[in-house]
Amino acid sequence: MTIHGYKLPMMSSLLVWGLLWEIVGQLDLTFFVPPLSEVLVTLFGLVQTPAFLRALSTTAYAFWVGVISAIVIGIPVGILMGKSRLLDELLLPWVNIFLSAPLTALVPVLMVLFGFGTKTIIITTALFAVWIIILNARAGVRNINRSLVEMSRSFGASPLDAFFKIYFWAALPEILGGVRIGVIRAVKGVIIGQLLISIVGFGALFELYSSNFLMAEFWAVLIVLFALAFTLSEFLAFLERKVAYYAASR
Amino acid sequence: MSQIDLKIGTAAMPVTDSAVSVRNVSKSYGQVEALRDLSLEFPRGQLTSLLGPSGCGKTTLLKIIAGLLPASSGTIEVGGKSVVGPGPDRAFVLQDFALLPWASVIRNVAFGLELRGVSRSEREAKAEKYIREVGLAGFEKSFPHELSGGMRQRVGLARALSVDAQVLLLDEPFSAVDEQTRRKFQEDLIALVQNENKTFIFVTHSIEEAVYVSDQIAILLPRPSRVHEIIRPSISRAQGLGSIRRDPEYLDIVDEIWASLRSYVE
Repeated sequence: MTIHGYKLPMMSSLLVWGLLWEIVGQLDLTFFVPPLSEVLVTLFGLVQTPAFLRALSTTAYAFWVGVISAIVIGIPVGILMGKSRLLDELLLPWVNIFLSAPLTALVPVLMVLFGFGTKTIIITTALFAVWIIILNARAGVRNINRSLVEMSRSFGASPLDAFFKIYFWAALPEILGGVRIGVIRAVKGVIIGQLLISIVGFGALFELYSSNFLMAEFWAVLIVLFALAFTLSEFLAFLERKVAYYAASR
Repeated sequence: MSQIDLKIGTAAMPVTDSAVSVRNVSKSYGQVEALRDLSLEFPRGQLTSLLGPSGCGKTTLLKIIAGLLPASSGTIEVGGKSVVGPGPDRAFVLQDFALLPWASVIRNVAFGLELRGVSRSEREAKAEKYIREVGLAGFEKSFPHELSGGMRQRVGLARALSVDAQVLLLDEPFSAVDEQTRRKFQEDLIALVQNENKTFIFVTHSIEEAVYVSDQIAILLPRPSRVHEIIRPSISRAQGLGSIRRDPEYLDIVDEIWASLRSYVE
């Protein structure tokens, strides 16, 4: 956006909202909103404490294991569904149900099945992410130009060659889009898991700060979490733009 | 079903062996008969066009020869060997080019060799040679979306040439490029047939194009698809390619083919 010929840097609107937050906080209208400056000071103190670092590593571990399992399972399943009519008919209803289901309601069931530990948190995270990854990989494969498949067959491509050299690359723009949305959902999944299953990691911090009315700390952790999720999502959006040059001309 | 083997012009059928033989091939999709009992010989080292109205099964026949579609009955022989699937003796050029949009020109041209397990240095050396041959030198590192339609089809052609197959199958390769590029392509194709000593099977729906580039034209008619007529134009190319379109025989054959096809065109 430009104002009076000056090009505003990206996300300058955040400054406006930050300023508003600061004003509301300084007016001392509610304990719920401490001034942004106070939150930031708390944030810089907080991120150095061992409790925070421990929470970060616990959460990051569950998050990454969950996300990577979702990717490793989701992409091949999606590609195979796009290629095979039979598999598609078998799995598509379930994928659609789980995509739109309120997965939070399933968490108690998962706890019964898998216990109260990190394992269940990881499964919850993966469950939040995997469905959209499957659907997008499937959509990418279904949009593939049939003549690319014919070309590779006519030059003697084995099914494995076709999978890795044609289908995967042809579906990559959609796959990356799916992974980006999946990762955002996984952030939700891991925090919900840490609040509902066992109170650990960031979930434990949220629980601790909100029940003790430590709002500055509460907001500080939330800002850290937002920032991490946003950075990750922007990085994936950047990868998506890198393949966009061929997304339009497949 | 009897087939009429009409020879036009003064040339007698030269004694050449067939690179590809299609014998009594039928193909049905459920109730729909795409090809019925079709037999056709493709002389080695020459260009044979499959010409006919849309829906006459010419692309189906080409894909059966390529091994991409199984025939319902009948046999296809390429170089004396029966066709059961795609093979290294045939290379395919597709109407919509079918280039990998995420790969550079050189990787696209080398893709056929890559699938055959040829080492990187070897296949890129070969690809470079054919990129030069089709007139794309300097574009090795470009991507398909940076090229014009005509240049993309040159990449498709170089890919088919680089695997050094004996038989080249071209499925309406020039129909997606503009008229001027198309004319240049036709001239290049004639030169290619003369220099490469390969057998070309060329599907087209343009009568002029078929008469211009072909050594032999098989006219296919639809419902049920069969070979109606085989024409071997004997237009002399000695006075240069420019004179072909003014040759009386060229004009006669074009008229004659149109006369036999016009009742099948809706």
